[in-house]
Amino acid sequence: MNVLIRIKRYDPDRDSKPYWGEFRVEADPIDRLLDALNNIKWTMDGTLTYRRSCAHGVCGSDAMRINGRNRLACKVLMRDVGNKVTIEPMLGFPVIRDLVVDMDSFFDKYKSVKPYLINYDNEPGTERLQSAEERAIFDEGTKCILCGACTSSCPSIWGNSDWVGPAAIVNAHRFIFDSRDQAGAERLSILAKREGVWRCRTIFNCTDACPRGIPVTDLIEQVKRTIVYNDPKGV
Amino acid sequence: MYYKFDVVIVGAGGAGLMAATQLPNASVAVITKVYPTRSHTGAAQGGVAAALGNQEEDHWKWHMYDTVKGGDYLVDQPAAEILAREAIDAVYELEHRGLPFNRTPDGRIDQRRFGGHTRNYGEGPVRRACYAADRTGHMILQTMYQTSVKNQVRFFNEYLMLDLLMNDGQACGIVALEIRTGEIHTFHAKAVLFATGGYGRAWRVTSNAFACMGDGMSVAYRRGIPLEDMEMYQFHPTGIYKVGVLLSEAARGEGGKLLNGKGEYFMERYMPTLKDLAPRDIVSRCIIQEIKDGNGVDGKDYVYLDVRHLGAAKIAEKLPDITDFARNYLGVEPITEPVPIQPTAHYAMGGVPTDTDARVVIDEQWTPLPGFYAAGEVACVSVHGANRLGTNSLVDLIVFGRRAGKHMAKFIAENDYVVLPNDPEAYSRALVERLYSSKGGESAANIRSAMQNEMDDKVFVERSENGLHKALDTIAGLQAAYTNVQLQDKGRHFNTELVEAIELGFLLDCSEATIHGALARQESRGAHFRLDFPKRDDANWLKHTLAFKGERAHDVRLEYKDVILIDDPIFKPKERKY
Repeated sequence: MNVLIRIKRYDPDRDSKPYWGEFRVEADPIDRLLDALNNIKWTMDGTLTYRRSCAHGVCGSDAMRINGRNRLACKVLMRDVGNKVTIEPMLGFPVIRDLVVDMDSFFDKYKSVKPYLINYDNEPGTERLQSAEERAIFDEGTKCILCGACTSSCPSIWGNSDWVGPAAIVNAHRFIFDSRDQAGAERLSILAKREGVWRCRTIFNCTDACPRGIPVTDLIEQVKRTIVYNDPKGV
Repeated sequence: MYYKFDVVIVGAGGAGLMAATQLPNASVAVITKVYPTRSHTGAAQGGVAAALGNQEEDHWKWHMYDTVKGGDYLVDQPAAEILAREAIDAVYELEHRGLPFNRTPDGRIDQRRFGGHTRNYGEGPVRRACYAADRTGHMILQTMYQTSVKNQVRFFNEYLMLDLLMNDGQACGIVALEIRTGEIHTFHAKAVLFATGGYGRAWRVTSNAFACMGDGMSVAYRRGIPLEDMEMYQFHPTGIYKVGVLLSEAARGEGGKLLNGKGEYFMERYMPTLKDLAPRDIVSRCIIQEIKDGNGVDGKDYVYLDVRHLGAAKIAEKLPDITDFARNYLGVEPITEPVPIQPTAHYAMGGVPTDTDARVVIDEQWTPLPGFYAAGEVACVSVHGANRLGTNSLVDLIVFGRRAGKHMAKFIAENDYVVLPNDPEAYSRALVERLYSSKGGESAANIRSAMQNEMDDKVFVERSENGLHKALDTIAGLQAAYTNVQLQDKGRHFNTELVEAIELGFLLDCSEATIHGALARQESRGAHFRLDFPKRDDANWLKHTLAFKGERAHDVRLEYKDVILIDDPIFKPKERKY
């Protein structure tokens, strides 16, 4: 299939503002969009700049805005985008060059919720016990690959770059509801603040954007209910 | 810029982060060319082996035996003992750090079957692989990164290493390119650890990430350090057809089977005891044989992985990611359809030679290079010998990453900084400037593509003298062309074309060493199968290859060192049957 690919380009060394670049590529319907980007870079324009690594949706490098939605370029197939596709860098982050954005603030927010197990007891000689049911409660959040697609899709962050954002809340949830962790209250008090969970307006863009299928909005709601009712089910 | 740290770790995958978190009282810099959570450890799926015995009787010595036998006896046996013994404690350490393992009904870490892991020295499969669904590597990487955040490890993200610095017979730092700014920086250190992973992108059909370019192997090789057993490269049996994306051996561990074009579960015919759970080198060869015998699907070069009989519930619980890959990349529904697969380039058993403390050893007398360490896929301890067992890569990362960290902690307490060599950035600046100024007109992408085609064609599951000679000539020609690579992108900020061109140089080095080792080794052992020498030859070849770089591709010098055996009849080399 012949596809017109429109890409928002920006090189701070040369361009005073972003512009649209257009490329025509031949592609197989089951090629990944990432394959088409590689094809452009390797045969047409070596200056095209984007991140990529694993190429099968587990490393989170190539999140970008594809036809208006945040997706991983390695999980989108050409047959799903049709004969014309528009690609932009993710919104809400400063653009470094072309499709590459500055993720430092994203990781700083992640770090702010204490995304690590805190347990003050002595470590046992073997594993800590945890039932399959206890583990299932936080299973969804463990799938997060920190690609930024959810946070960047959220209108609340477009309006307020200080907001902690969905990815950080998902990773806080993962520990708040882990039966082995003892610092849930600390994280809840961080997320109860002004830039915490309450700026979520349940728009569900994050859930739609997540390439790992995590029900992001549901997890945020569980954190909200726990702050208010001390119970994720909110009874 | 000039930076000074007690320890510099290059690579932020499982081995690098495991080492970084063993150094609470040292100043540590972790340098990575991606963000830490993008490292390829995160793509590992099926599990991490440890003889916990949570599901059935198991012993570390059985694990050691399987590792030695799985490696077709090219394994250094004391290293395999350390791997199997310390795996147990290392897995508990991961659990204590929060890794969300799947659990047994009584709340312990769940374990499942995996290829080549057996009870009582080969009697039948054993449940030894600890796992978190089919994203065990992802959970190890996340857990390590979380611990690094907790310990406030200093990261230098998106820095590409260009050179290893040595002076006075010791390692004393590295030079790296900051991708975002194009600046070159010197990192002065008492101890340097390479944890840079493998070089699977030397092949076209590969399970490896774009980051797996052999950086650490090549940088060491260029500084005169040999590469060990590079001919031992693993082709995983079940890559997605044409794409190469891995479908975990966990699928077979949970009961999945390989099916040929005639509708026959063919592994039963080749390996009556372990069947589909035979080691990977054997299963890959069986698939190639089936295809050669005309038993591929529709006469083509692939067969099926069949998990239909496991049922939707088990597939969803135990294998969610790989079913998603099959749906996404092939449009195949594994619950109702078999999945087209073919062998895919997967893992380097060889690499930078080290001892069991992860210290790099630079000759056949095991002479260490003080201050220089390597761990994970970049290193060759050698615990995987001629063929790595599934799950043992993650074991290698955590066991030897940890040992590297602990040994470096001791080393930096006992040693002072070695002064840097004169003009430490000279080599790196010349490398980068040559690429910027070249008008030779060659395309790095074309050279890489030609290399990958040649490696797929002639340095794959089956090899021959004739083919390897041709491959070496091809690589020599591509290296000559490489000196004329010209960049379209002359920008200094985030120049990924520059990064890819530098990485191509790394891959060509690794390919060269691989072909030389394979040409010289006139036997078949583990992953190295020679059509012209189909038998293992312990009398002449029970030894490790050391390849030293020469001026040009044909000038590589090979030396050999003995495999270390221990005095126990169980581990005496014998014919490998499953």
